[in-house]
Amino acid sequence: MANEDLQIPGYEIPPEMQGQVAVTTLDRIYNWGRKNSLWPMMFGLACCAIEMIATAASRFDFARFGMEVMRPSPRQADVMIVSGTVTKKMVPQIVRLYNQMPEPKYVVAMGACASGGGPFKEGYNVVSGIDKFIPVDVYIPGCPPTPQALINGLMMLQKKVERESLRTARWYSREPAPAIPVPVLGPDLMDPRRYDEIRAYTLSKRNQQTTEEQTEA
Amino acid sequence: MAESPVVGTQLNLLDHFPEWLKKDERPGFEGYIVPAEHLLEFAHALRDRFGYDLLSSVTGVDYLPEGKMEVVYHALQTTGGPVLNFKVQVDRQNPVVPSVVSIWPGADFQEREAWDLLGIRFEGHPDLRRILMWEGFAGHPLRKDWKEPYFEEEAKPYKSRWPEGHVQRAEDRHPLHDNVDYPAGFDPDSWSPETADDVLYKTYQSIMEGSDSELHTDRMIVNLGPQHPSTHGVFRMVVVLDGETVVDVKPVFGYLHRNHEKIGERCTWLQIMPFTDRLDYISSMSNNFGYALAVERLMGIKPPERAEYIRVMMAELTRIVSHLISIGFLLNDLGAYFTPSLYALEERELILDIFEAVSGSRMMCNYFRFGGVARDLPEGVLDKVKELVFERLPRKIDEFDRYLTRNEIVRVRTEGVGVLTAEQAIALSATGPILRASGVPYDIRRADPYSIYDRFDFDVVVRYHGDVYDRYLVRLEEIRQSIRILQQVVRDIPEGPVQTGKPQWQVRVPAGESYGRVEGPKGELGYYIVSNGKPNPWRYHVRAPSFVNLTSLAQMARGGKVADIVVILGSIDIVLGEVDR
Amino acid sequence: MNGLGIVRGLWVTFKHFILTYIEDIRTGKRRYYSPEGILARTKGDVQGAFTIQYPEEKYPVPEEFRYIPFLVYEEGENGQKNYRCTSCGICAKVCPPQCIWIVRTNDLNTGKPIPAPAEFYIDVDICMNCGLCAEYCPFDAIKMDHDYEIASYNRFTDHIFNKERLGKPLSYYAQIRPQNFAREEAARKAEMEAKAARKAATA
Repeated sequence: MANEDLQIPGYEIPPEMQGQVAVTTLDRIYNWGRKNSLWPMMFGLACCAIEMIATAASRFDFARFGMEVMRPSPRQADVMIVSGTVTKKMVPQIVRLYNQMPEPKYVVAMGACASGGGPFKEGYNVVSGIDKFIPVDVYIPGCPPTPQALINGLMMLQKKVERESLRTARWYSREPAPAIPVPVLGPDLMDPRRYDEIRAYTLSKRNQQTTEEQTEA
Repeated sequence: MAESPVVGTQLNLLDHFPEWLKKDERPGFEGYIVPAEHLLEFAHALRDRFGYDLLSSVTGVDYLPEGKMEVVYHALQTTGGPVLNFKVQVDRQNPVVPSVVSIWPGADFQEREAWDLLGIRFEGHPDLRRILMWEGFAGHPLRKDWKEPYFEEEAKPYKSRWPEGHVQRAEDRHPLHDNVDYPAGFDPDSWSPETADDVLYKTYQSIMEGSDSELHTDRMIVNLGPQHPSTHGVFRMVVVLDGETVVDVKPVFGYLHRNHEKIGERCTWLQIMPFTDRLDYISSMSNNFGYALAVERLMGIKPPERAEYIRVMMAELTRIVSHLISIGFLLNDLGAYFTPSLYALEERELILDIFEAVSGSRMMCNYFRFGGVARDLPEGVLDKVKELVFERLPRKIDEFDRYLTRNEIVRVRTEGVGVLTAEQAIALSATGPILRASGVPYDIRRADPYSIYDRFDFDVVVRYHGDVYDRYLVRLEEIRQSIRILQQVVRDIPEGPVQTGKPQWQVRVPAGESYGRVEGPKGELGYYIVSNGKPNPWRYHVRAPSFVNLTSLAQMARGGKVADIVVILGSIDIVLGEVDR
Repeated sequence: MNGLGIVRGLWVTFKHFILTYIEDIRTGKRRYYSPEGILARTKGDVQGAFTIQYPEEKYPVPEEFRYIPFLVYEEGENGQKNYRCTSCGICAKVCPPQCIWIVRTNDLNTGKPIPAPAEFYIDVDICMNCGLCAEYCPFDAIKMDHDYEIASYNRFTDHIFNKERLGKPLSYYAQIRPQNFAREEAARKAEMEAKAARKAATA
């Protein structure tokens, strides 16, 4: 099976050598190796984490995909499965963990909450999707996604890995990837990249209040 | 049933404090109103003279139209009986209430929560910091006049969804395109980011200085979590260590604070039901149960017989699931790696199959309705339950017993670790297996029976050492008792309807208050609801067992080794969805 | 403290390990990649490893299983889709996280509402799969789907399902929920007959 995956159609192999030799590209064999050993980070946020554990457990068992080594340390992980509601209080830590992961690194947003806020989106302490801060590769809808849905999402991630090329991959470029600035907990969550916008907003809010007061007076 | 008035049958407190104690005479309300200046005197008397030794729940209600802030207490006697409800009313502009931490230390976190979310100041509280939100957050979110950034309307259903429901993401409505809001004129550059943790570390100043051991050791602060494989989710413990010995622990919460109560107050009564699934997401059925009981009590309806049996069946299956996970992951924390938890999850999968067949979802069951359950058991489910409770589960629990109970490593690591005496457990408001492992045979299914638990024959499991090992044994034995109840359920379950009246998507709940509590797998799970007759609750509060049980974490961990903290936390069995809500 | 407890524990794990092989030899090839094999591994008396090897094997979801909702349409003669939905709005009102958005159709001439949705959206990034919409729909028009394989690479383009994306034929519904379908059809038929009888009585 692996042979079929790796074999590049179009290269003629002499009949006497078929079954003994396979021709492939560096990209393919490299990606094939990578996609079958994606190590997720052992990192659970909420309800979805329990389904993630169930996926790792014997009924569904994602060890079959080379993912059994769940690492609690971001330094040893390839995939971050954001499994659950991302709260404002937690998001600085998540961004820090993401920054600590070595490249190449992938993010799977598991469930409605991690994708776009989920049922708790309207809450005052909930971030509307982890992709507001870190880039997400695969989104899995569902609340919570069943283990099979999670495996389906992880297989989509494998397909994505398969299609990448060494030449264009960002993590082989000369410049190191810039770390994502860690959000700050102020009167509300503050993204350091957006301080100017925040300042403009609070200023306009104050102006609005003063005009309201003036009209009242 | 707890339908009778909460107090008054045996004891009339009005006779004892005629000068200042008043009965709560608002229609639909019960209990007493205590003036703030007499609260401590009243609390002392309750605990020492009338035997209300365990303070179950403390919360606040913001009565915005009346300009009042109310603190609601629920106390109980560990010898059994219904809860006693008393309240303190204060001015909304300056809400100050004396703290009862000196009388019931278990009020600690709950008072902090009321300060955090409602801005009620508890005078005399030793450590009144914000608990769920971070220090520095603007405003007290559960106040009725505080609006979240994505605020749309006071109550659901929102008018923008129908009939002109042009789809729009909430962030597109907001000027900052995000779920944030800042005070007018705020400048982000002026903010110093260390504030929240500084406030926490400052509380340790007094104990950081001297070490009294012979070896000169430095005291240091170690943070465990919020990303740590042993904390069962996003939970953080700030530990002060003297060498390897724990001097003090302070848990930090709120990393999964999903604003359950604020969202609940915007939702209609029925809409809250699926949200309760996500409290303790391992045992959603018993969350449903407590909430349904609280609302049914206010509505004055009862489910039909068959529905009662189905409810008990689901609640007990949930207890088995929860205890199995708890045991499995306790062993995981002990260093047994994954084997015991995988065995536990194997049995869990089979029970989840039943939940899935019945309710449609493995974890988020959303199965209970007011006056019944959503649908009858599908074909074949009852046979599957029978097979599990008569054959597979008893065998598997015995296997667990053989596998773990007498394992020497388990015993060395857990016996005498994290001891909580009965007095301490009661004072710290511990409930559930923690309380029972400390020698207090308090189980709401017996002490204040709800639903049809008075019909079943089962034992309240109790152990007397109060250590981690006993908590493990209590859980294991409770699984056996649950199986015993289940065997009686499947034997006796009658045929018939599963819902009183017609299924309704809008229910009318008369004005009043109600406290519905069930013996959840983790302890007393209580729902305090206040209705003003509208389609959505005025106040919706969850008394989460694992949140309150964490009050005793510091007591258990002090003096132990740092490695034991992880085990002790595992034995408390927390689920962060419920701790932070 | 003689280590006997540990040995007994290890015996349990050893038995677990051995059982899988015994079971494999006993059932032979039927155990894997066959419908009866999957069924046997989901039963209460399963022994040994009971892994369902998704995606080659799929765990059969029960009838009540719910994921994202879908809209039922009946296929017309010319292949047009007659949605059952009358845009009454009950699903949008009962939805706990308020993720359903409906635009009602208005008659162009009179401006009065027509019982059909002009637009129907579900934001699956908010949907909590609770199933209340399907439970309280009076027209059996919205139902919970069994399809969970809907992961995507881009939520901004893919995650707000419109009427086209949500629509699925009645035959699909009958296939995934045969018992519910039969019950509802029987009720529908009974109601039609009662109506006809009433009509006949008044005429």
